[in-house]
Amino acid sequence: MNLVRNHVLISIDAGTIMAGARAVEKALVEEINKQGLSGEIAVLETGSIGATGQGVVIVVYPEGIYYANVTPADAAELVEEHLLKGRPVKRLIMTEMPKQHVIKKEKTGLLREQPRIVLRNSGVINPENIDEYIAEGGYEALEKAFTDLKPAGVTKEVKDSGLMGRGGAAFTTAMKWEFAARAPGDVKYIICNADEGEPGTFKDRLILEGDPHKLIEGMILAGYAVGATKGFVYIRGEYALSIERLEKAITQARLYGLLGDDILESGFSFDIAVMKGAGAYVCGEETALIESLEGKRGHPRNKPPYPVTEGLWAKPTVVNNVETLANVPEIVRNGAAWYRGYGTDKCPGTKVYTIIGNVATPGLIEAEMGTTLRDIIYEYAGGIKDGKKFKGALVGGAAGAFMGPEMLDAKMDFVNLKEYAAVLGSGAILVMDEDADIVGMLQSVLHFFRHESCGHCVPCRLGTNQLAEIIDRIAEGKGKTEDVDKLVSISEVMRDTSFCPLGQSPVLPITSSLRFFRDEVYSRVQ
Amino acid sequence: MNLEELKKIREKAQKDVELRQKQARVRIVVGMGTSGIAAGARDVLKTFVEEVGKRNLSDVVVTQTGEKGLASQEPMVEVFEEDKPAVVYGNMDSEKAKRVVVEHVVNGHPVSEFAI
Repeated sequence: MNLVRNHVLISIDAGTIMAGARAVEKALVEEINKQGLSGEIAVLETGSIGATGQGVVIVVYPEGIYYANVTPADAAELVEEHLLKGRPVKRLIMTEMPKQHVIKKEKTGLLREQPRIVLRNSGVINPENIDEYIAEGGYEALEKAFTDLKPAGVTKEVKDSGLMGRGGAAFTTAMKWEFAARAPGDVKYIICNADEGEPGTFKDRLILEGDPHKLIEGMILAGYAVGATKGFVYIRGEYALSIERLEKAITQARLYGLLGDDILESGFSFDIAVMKGAGAYVCGEETALIESLEGKRGHPRNKPPYPVTEGLWAKPTVVNNVETLANVPEIVRNGAAWYRGYGTDKCPGTKVYTIIGNVATPGLIEAEMGTTLRDIIYEYAGGIKDGKKFKGALVGGAAGAFMGPEMLDAKMDFVNLKEYAAVLGSGAILVMDEDADIVGMLQSVLHFFRHESCGHCVPCRLGTNQLAEIIDRIAEGKGKTEDVDKLVSISEVMRDTSFCPLGQSPVLPITSSLRFFRDEVYSRVQ
Repeated sequence: MNLEELKKIREKAQKDVELRQKQARVRIVVGMGTSGIAAGARDVLKTFVEEVGKRNLSDVVVTQTGEKGLASQEPMVEVFEEDKPAVVYGNMDSEKAKRVVVEHVVNGHPVSEFAI
């Protein structure tokens, strides 16, 4: 056995690659070789550690020291001082640390402050090595499913856990599975919706980059429960690193016999293919996604029939979001009761958020369902940047709702937010400080809808156009009071008559902005 | 692959990952300050790493620290065992390091002639 004295984990995700992570990795390896430390220091790639905007981030174990904004020029000093002499390089140590990383890893699971279920391995293991996933309990859920639970038991466990779809619609996952399992037919499909198009959301990308095997295991379990033999991951074409890691993970799983025929000698066969999307927002809608998968133009279908009875190639199909499926192995492995220990009664578990905008530490966090917006912003994201005041947040992306200061203590979960006519959506939280311009924000959102409307139905095609023109008028100072009323009435008609959720969505940001920032919007019209 | 084989892979992989950030039974800390390195601490550290690796001692960590302030005794090494007082060794070299691994780390008898 070769003893490795120090492990240097370098966070490789789309953000850190842009900041030059590959160059830093190369410089570190070269420097380590130069100093003759290559046998005893290992440099490993890992996924996002949850901090963005801090350049290249590395972690040195066993000390567990985080460095931020590392450049290739720092490699010599890091190797000489820290790895050779054992003196951490203070000037590079991360100061603005995301909260969960302050807690050392060995305390995971003991401290409720760090309820990491989906992101448990992200930033800890090497996502390109299946053995590391297996070491952390990976594919244990499969063992349990095949030997104890059997398909009905897997569904029951997921049902008892209360898991709801994390893509935004919050439909009970087990119910979808049951419908598809009961639907007649020998050929059934599992589709993972990784077409993460909601502006400001990048959680699925980081889950895939940090722990691709978790998704694979979740899909196998879903396939087993439903009786499907084939799975598809429909993923944004822009997610180059996610695709690369996912494909690598699929290849490794096949080599180990965890995908393919007769998995673990259970008699169950399942395989996964990765399909790239071409970047249309509407293809995140499940029926448009299915059309696109079939090679057609990405337009939504009539419902019913729902995909669970007639989906891909008219076969029973389950479409689940990445985060939903990533919860499944942990639920099956640890049991529904364990899962219910997190979150609220009606909404168990955790939620992964991407928090962006005017906060001190933007990035990726996982918090229990029912955590207040205040805690998310002030505890996890370090509060408002530069000590400014909180003005509001856009929660759930473009199809989400604005929340004002009076919502800071609202418990964030799917059920509770519904009472406030707000949504959790995909989990994007865009925080605005006192200087933010609500009309400008609304303008961006409505322009986005105009750009992404697929043109299939009239209310959405014309409505999104009208909304964009009206908000432009208001932003230019040429709007009238009636224009504000028109925004509301047009979007309400769109909500009632549009074919799919795209056209039904603009009403939410419009009415919520008026609810919290009415005076500001009206001050901009004549 | 079957379930048994998966379990075997897990056991092996767990050991590898544990090494990265484990709670160790024994910690061997080599002083790697400027004077320590000048006196040959680099070789001592390397020997510890090799010896511990060779013997598959998965509950032992070898790590380094800075100057201890006793330059005349360098290279210096401290061995920490759970629930026991730390032992400090001075004037270490590769041969002495090998003996410390065998006698102290493996068999639990500190090598008193090297201790300071």
